[in-house]
Amino acid sequence: MVDFAGWEMPIQYAGVIAEHQAVRSKAGIFDLSHMAQIHVRGAGAAAALDAAVVSQPSSLAPGRAQYSIIVDSAGMMIDDLVIYRRAEDAFLVVSNASNGEHVARELGTRIGSAAAVSDQSPDAALIAVQGPAAVAILTPYVQLADAKPLDSLAGYASSEAHLRIDERQVACMIARTGYTGEDGFEIYLAGVDASATWRALLTVGASAGLQPIGLGARDTLRLEAGMPLFGNDLRSDLTPYDVGFGRVVRLDKPGDFVGATALRARSSASPDVGRQLVALRVTGRGIARQGYAVLSESGESVGTVTSGTHSPSLGQPIALADVAAAAGPWSVGRSVAVRVREESVAAEVVALPFVPKRSKRRG
Amino acid sequence: MTLPTDLRYSKEHEWVRGEGGSVVVGITAHAAQELGDVVFVDLPAIGSTVKQFATFGVVESVKAVSDLYSPISGTVVARNEALSKSPEVINADPYGGGWLIEVELANADELAVLLSADAYAALIP
Repeated sequence: MVDFAGWEMPIQYAGVIAEHQAVRSKAGIFDLSHMAQIHVRGAGAAAALDAAVVSQPSSLAPGRAQYSIIVDSAGMMIDDLVIYRRAEDAFLVVSNASNGEHVARELGTRIGSAAAVSDQSPDAALIAVQGPAAVAILTPYVQLADAKPLDSLAGYASSEAHLRIDERQVACMIARTGYTGEDGFEIYLAGVDASATWRALLTVGASAGLQPIGLGARDTLRLEAGMPLFGNDLRSDLTPYDVGFGRVVRLDKPGDFVGATALRARSSASPDVGRQLVALRVTGRGIARQGYAVLSESGESVGTVTSGTHSPSLGQPIALADVAAAAGPWSVGRSVAVRVREESVAAEVVALPFVPKRSKRRG
Repeated sequence: MTLPTDLRYSKEHEWVRGEGGSVVVGITAHAAQELGDVVFVDLPAIGSTVKQFATFGVVESVKAVSDLYSPISGTVVARNEALSKSPEVINADPYGGGWLIEVELANADELAVLLSADAYAALIP
């Protein structure tokens, strides 16, 4: 067990590689109750969120979700988010545990009296079931509000639902989202229902191979899927454009938003300005770890590994690295090196994701 | 966990097999379990020297990098080349197929400061 933003969480249950492979081949269940859950409600919620984050939550139909980022007035990232539109005037903003209070405070300030912002994190839980067997495991127990089968949910879609296992009935919101690159679901529920639901799902999913997954495999799964982690790959001294997330920023949306002026300037800057987040596959002997230097062909230090591990699926080390755009172009196939304990180990720039995603497409 | 009684142990969780001449070095089952799935091992070249209680290589699991500390001083005469392809053997068979290096002892007296199986067992949970 480790302390993770004040939450006591297991690194592993059965072992990182076994858990990783369970999610890729069958299914895994994750306790993600540490994630912050902030509700924004009211007639003005959509427009107020548009002004508070870089994406355009007002463009979401009810029952849809989008990836988003909240920045400060200088355009620097505060956190990355998933925003669910639960109803015309009700949104759920999910942020990282370590940034939850900061994000809730910022949303409160930015939204003011235009909508009600309420941080439900202490009372809310989140359980994810991810993997190719997830839909089969959950279908018998999930009743969507529209009575359609669970598999009718498209990627990034969500629905109010009930989870009924044995005699217990639990109200929840279920979404076809995740952080593994696999098909799967995230179940948002009340904290008081979490432990009984966790145990019940593990029991009914056991015969389909469902296994509990710790932080270790959560990290290898998300990295293989090319999903950055705030605190590692995304940082508060970078703009979305420095990590390849310019497409998340909707400069064309109506109205002003916090950071718009700075991001507009950054978006039109020359491509050799700032930083870039690149994907590396290590071809030499060694594992690129967070903090290791990235070296150019001439041996010059041009960046730093921000996430790096041994990929259980590829059997090879993979990494994300923060590099100087000026040392580019960072084209796929470029040969670089990573300094591993004084030695220069060969690596190659590759395209993301490292492992093809099998999550459902947006409907 | 039963510890082989024919080995000597260090506080840094390495073991030594042999009494003199050349000895074999590995990490204990406790160390392997604490590391988790081993995915990479970096061992010294044959002919290089190792020093008692100094680092001689690195073992990496998915999550972490750990230094290896030599329990004895001497010259490396063999290393377990099979580990570069199958490092997971360290988890599966730490006292057998998971051995790391074979060392020609520089000073057999160093063995005396290492721990018996009972003394090492008292150090680990």
